Amino acid sequence: MDKRELVCIRCPLGCMLSVQMEGDKVVSVSGNTCPRGKEYAENEVTNPMRMVTSTVKVSGGDRGTVSCKTKTDVPKEKIFDVVRGLKEVVAEAPVKIGDVLVEDIAGTGVKVVATANVLIK
Amino acid sequence: MKSYDIVIVGGGPAGLAAAVSAKENGIDSILVLERDKELGGILNQCIHNGFGLHTFKEELTGPEYAGRFIEKTEALGIECMLHTMVMDISKDKVVTAMNSEEGLFEIQAKAIILAMGCRERPRGALNIPGYRPAGIFTAGTAQRLVNMEGYLPGREVVILGSGDIGLIMARRMTLEGAKVKVVAELMPYSGGLKRNIVQCLDDYGIPLKLSHTVVDIDGKDRLKGVTLAQVDDRGKPVGGTEEYIPCDTLLLSVGLIPENELSRGLDLEMECMTNGPVVNESLETSMEGVFACGNVLHVHDLVDFVSKEAAMAGKSAVRYIKGETINAKEHRIDLIPEEGVRYTVPKYIRPENMDDVLTVRFRVGAVVKNCFISTYFDDKCVMKRKRPIVAPGEMEEVKILKSKLAEYPDTKKITIKIEKE
Repeated sequence: MDKRELVCIRCPLGCMLSVQMEGDKVVSVSGNTCPRGKEYAENEVTNPMRMVTSTVKVSGGDRGTVSCKTKTDVPKEKIFDVVRGLKEVVAEAPVKIGDVLVEDIAGTGVKVVATANVLIK
Repeated sequence: MKSYDIVIVGGGPAGLAAAVSAKENGIDSILVLERDKELGGILNQCIHNGFGLHTFKEELTGPEYAGRFIEKTEALGIECMLHTMVMDISKDKVVTAMNSEEGLFEIQAKAIILAMGCRERPRGALNIPGYRPAGIFTAGTAQRLVNMEGYLPGREVVILGSGDIGLIMARRMTLEGAKVKVVAELMPYSGGLKRNIVQCLDDYGIPLKLSHTVVDIDGKDRLKGVTLAQVDDRGKPVGGTEEYIPCDTLLLSVGLIPENELSRGLDLEMECMTNGPVVNESLETSMEGVFACGNVLHVHDLVDFVSKEAAMAGKSAVRYIKGETINAKEHRIDLIPEEGVRYTVPKYIRPENMDDVLTVRFRVGAVVKNCFISTYFDDKCVMKRKRPIVAPGEMEEVKILKSKLAEYPDTKKITIKIEKE
């Protein structure tokens, strides 16, 4: 049986998790203090996901860039595809928090939304 | 001279939460003074996620978290002045400020809330030998350049210090196409949050070298490389362990210092462990009617705690103005940090002015596993909370109940310590 040690990042507590694996299957999780820890460990060893935050260019705004995030987590191995995809995006001012900047980033099916406000220059 | 009931110095997360709380507790005459061109403070450049899990029960980015409080501030009609720098606060609570429209002006306040935040420790404070070439930045400066101005400060990066901003910037620079070669940390543990080590270093295969520091800087006009060396348990470089690493950028994430020039100008009593003012249960400084909250009081790792603390300062300022504070100077219980606890905020309690539950925040001096955070009223242990691990990078807290304290009316001091099993 394989054992994997990881640090839970679902909340600032940072529990030390220990996952017992048999092949690709999770047998048990220990060290978590809440159900989210168990869920995190199971996902992390089978299908790790991350939220990606970055910036995109803005035209006609009171500043040249606006910060953004993937609306939900994307697969960890897609992080660089997401960032590369954002290089091409130019948002039109005004931009408001929550505005959708990209409908589907890098084929993940996940939206990219603005996380800051930009006014018209 | 204009006058306000409450003047708040700083429009970052602490200042805004204090303003919102003061308004909600029934004071209308509030002015927030902010030196930047917008409200929100340093959150505006913290575009990563992980903010607000406690406050909003969802994971927000920095600008979004700031946005929530800015909206609230606007909805409540709280007056804010941007581009305005506070120069001085006098003992009779006259605030001297300046901006390019009104020049130098004075404002009379009944109560003042200090929420100036903190600054990064610069290279000059580190005694690293070598030239002073271009390419050496504090991590926060690099963060502002990348996230707000749209510039990448360099391509080949070494980061000294594993504070949270350094870790966050390791990931950010990597995503923007730079190569982060190593993060070196003087201490045998990281000063940053665990989640940041996992998500910002481990995810990208960036090595973290503990007990290492930069001992030489190479390059005259632009940085060419740095020399890393291992340090012994007293922090002194060990001969023979030097390693030269070519790079064009060195980011420093080596600590934050509360920005207390105004507090010192007021001759407030200061706490040497936090570099912030000494405060009581109401977050009131040694000067009546002057309160402090957020990173100017002590450096936090989570903004959620800043917001809670600031709300308490706002509420206390309202009580002070309404004359509800009971001034019982003779009845004061000191909070004593012992055995692994470096400091506590607040530093003393006047039980008459305490809320039903008082949150005492503190940091530990070293990593301790399987321990108890113990609270003693004089010599009597009244609370013991088990912790699988405590670390200097993560702020801890204990809650003291007014009802519990009432059971021990003769308590002279409350001691908080870390005890092994």
